[in-house]
Amino acid sequence: MADSILEVRDLEMHFPIGGGFFSKTRDVVKAVDKVSFDVKRGETFGIVGESGSGKTTLGRCIMRVLDPSSGSIRMYRNGKAPDEITKADRRLLTEIWRDMRMVFQDPQSSLNPRLRVLELVGQCLRKSEGLSGQALADRVGDLLEQVGLQREFLMRYPNAFSGGQRQRLGIARALATKPKIVIADEAVSALDVSIQAQTLNLLQDLQEEFDLTYVFIAHDLAVVEHICDRIAVMYLGQIVELADRDTLFRDPKHPYTRALLSAVPIPDPRARKKAGKRTSLSDGAVADRGCNFATRCPHASDLCRAKSPPMHHLNGADVLCHYAGQI
Amino acid sequence: MTAVDQNPVEIADAPTAPVLLGPWALMWRKFKRHRIAYASLWLVLFIYVLALFANFFAPEAHDETNRRGIFVPPQTIQFFHETEDGSRQFQLHVDALKMKVDQATMRRSYDVQPGKIIPLGFFVKGHAYELLGFIKADRHFFGPKDPDDVVYFLGSDRLGRDILSRIIVGTQISMSIGLVGVAVSLLIGVSLGGISGYYGGWIDNVIQRLIEFLRSIPTIPLWMGLAAAIPLGWPPLRTYFIVTLIVSMIGWTSLAREVRGKFLSLRKEDFITAARLDGLSDWEVIRKHMVPSFSSHIIASLTLAVPLMILAETSLSFLGIGLQPPIVSWGTLLKEAQNIRTIIEAPWLLIAPGSMIVIAVLALNFLGDGLRDAADPHAH
Repeated sequence: MADSILEVRDLEMHFPIGGGFFSKTRDVVKAVDKVSFDVKRGETFGIVGESGSGKTTLGRCIMRVLDPSSGSIRMYRNGKAPDEITKADRRLLTEIWRDMRMVFQDPQSSLNPRLRVLELVGQCLRKSEGLSGQALADRVGDLLEQVGLQREFLMRYPNAFSGGQRQRLGIARALATKPKIVIADEAVSALDVSIQAQTLNLLQDLQEEFDLTYVFIAHDLAVVEHICDRIAVMYLGQIVELADRDTLFRDPKHPYTRALLSAVPIPDPRARKKAGKRTSLSDGAVADRGCNFATRCPHASDLCRAKSPPMHHLNGADVLCHYAGQI
Repeated sequence: MTAVDQNPVEIADAPTAPVLLGPWALMWRKFKRHRIAYASLWLVLFIYVLALFANFFAPEAHDETNRRGIFVPPQTIQFFHETEDGSRQFQLHVDALKMKVDQATMRRSYDVQPGKIIPLGFFVKGHAYELLGFIKADRHFFGPKDPDDVVYFLGSDRLGRDILSRIIVGTQISMSIGLVGVAVSLLIGVSLGGISGYYGGWIDNVIQRLIEFLRSIPTIPLWMGLAAAIPLGWPPLRTYFIVTLIVSMIGWTSLAREVRGKFLSLRKEDFITAARLDGLSDWEVIRKHMVPSFSSHIIASLTLAVPLMILAETSLSFLGIGLQPPIVSWGTLLKEAQNIRTIIEAPWLLIAPGSMIVIAVLALNFLGDGLRDAADPHAH
């Protein structure tokens, strides 16, 4: 696995629910449940799933914004021995955060309204490279131009920008430290469709220019299809299917993936008729045992309800289903 | 011809560069639209200027007694006076008074001395004082032209001291106790509230329970208990300092809660996470991102806390457990009007300092309200 940049193994993030001053913790929500995957250098790795599937939590665990309950995340930087992110101390984390940056979903809330662009985009450079004054202004100006904004915006406050421009600021900020990997958490979800396309193209251009690796978290399949090389589908904290884009979209193997793909609106009514009946995706109860998806799966059997499915590898896809390849 | 050169459509189409205002400038603009608050700001500033140059504005020495001027009612300023030849002449003055004692009831009354006036003027010579505590001066803003004359614009008390001068000098203590008390509250409130909100967990629990405990004690008995601990022999300055501390004992709790709430909500904001990911230390995140986000709220709640402090000092001094008489504050002035007989005989002892307190407290409250509205981006 020499070309991996990120290796996630058996990652778990459990949140206790209930419990307080006097009562003991009663239950846990498994927001991320034994998730393993590799991200290869230079690729765009997509994570899709419905809301509540744990994709954002997964992204935050990788950044160590949240401390995962168990599992390991290894990052290969500069061919040295990998750094174990889950065990990194603050000092190492600060170093890792230079090589691994994050683009947030909501550009409105991720930019402090009380700071100027110079400070918002440049504060990481102040810390990492000790830049200040004109040198900092020049660098931030360069960054703004790289993301298609004007140098003159340096002294403006975030409230002077549109949503799309703000997300460009977020991207400029992420790129400031010359990272190797960028985790984009729903980076375009808050934008208009036309601005989404612009932003996605910008991300692709930047990827080519700076040899970036993206972990792209989204719920919009069209977006994921457009930008990602490999895609992991998450359902209730687990990756239920992981395959490269073409395989996944041409031949989805997990019933949830199929349901998800069939839920994409089809603009042509005749084609829509052909697509046939959809699997109901209304009920999302968590099963006590067995397969998480059994309560909603049209193919569920007693086996599914009794026993957690193993991960099957077939035709270049990893599928978490008892009947992978059979249904 | 210039108007014809450009057609109106072009003028309308020409992009006008939007004025880019920072958050503070926006707040100021919003604040100015709040008329009462804006007027209150000037009033409050005026009161503080009055406090700063109290001796300059006070027409008389505040502690000078006068056996021949006991319980003099307020004297009104008159503009014209008749000279001996019968013509009216512009001259600011008050009528000279003569004390008369009714031997049967031992009551004093004051009669106007016909034909005798006390001329008034601006920037007159009077008693000597030290401006700001170190500049020797004897000029006063307004008062009798002859330094030997005494006038009582708001009446005099049982020792013949000028109430107006005492109110002006009392402004120093009363208005500053608010500021100092709030500064102490700010220090305790922001640090404890910040710790509580930023770290959470058991520290948060301990601090919040402490606040609840403090707030559950009735304030007046608590103050009385604390004030009782002040030794009577202490110099006035030290008593003043201790009273300030007592007054701020309660003030910090609400501030701490507010700061904690802000920290809790800010901690979850993306821009705080983003700042941490930029490699900033906890302290830098607090200083550069959190404090600026709630400093406007803090300023507003501080302004609203000042009048509470002033009222607290007034009540303490009125009850006789705060500042003691040689010190002049609005509270000790009100203490003079504690019995019914005084109020009947000399109502100005109650009305004059009382109105001053009401004016100052109202002005500070309006100012605080205006600031709070301006600081809140969701208010209209």
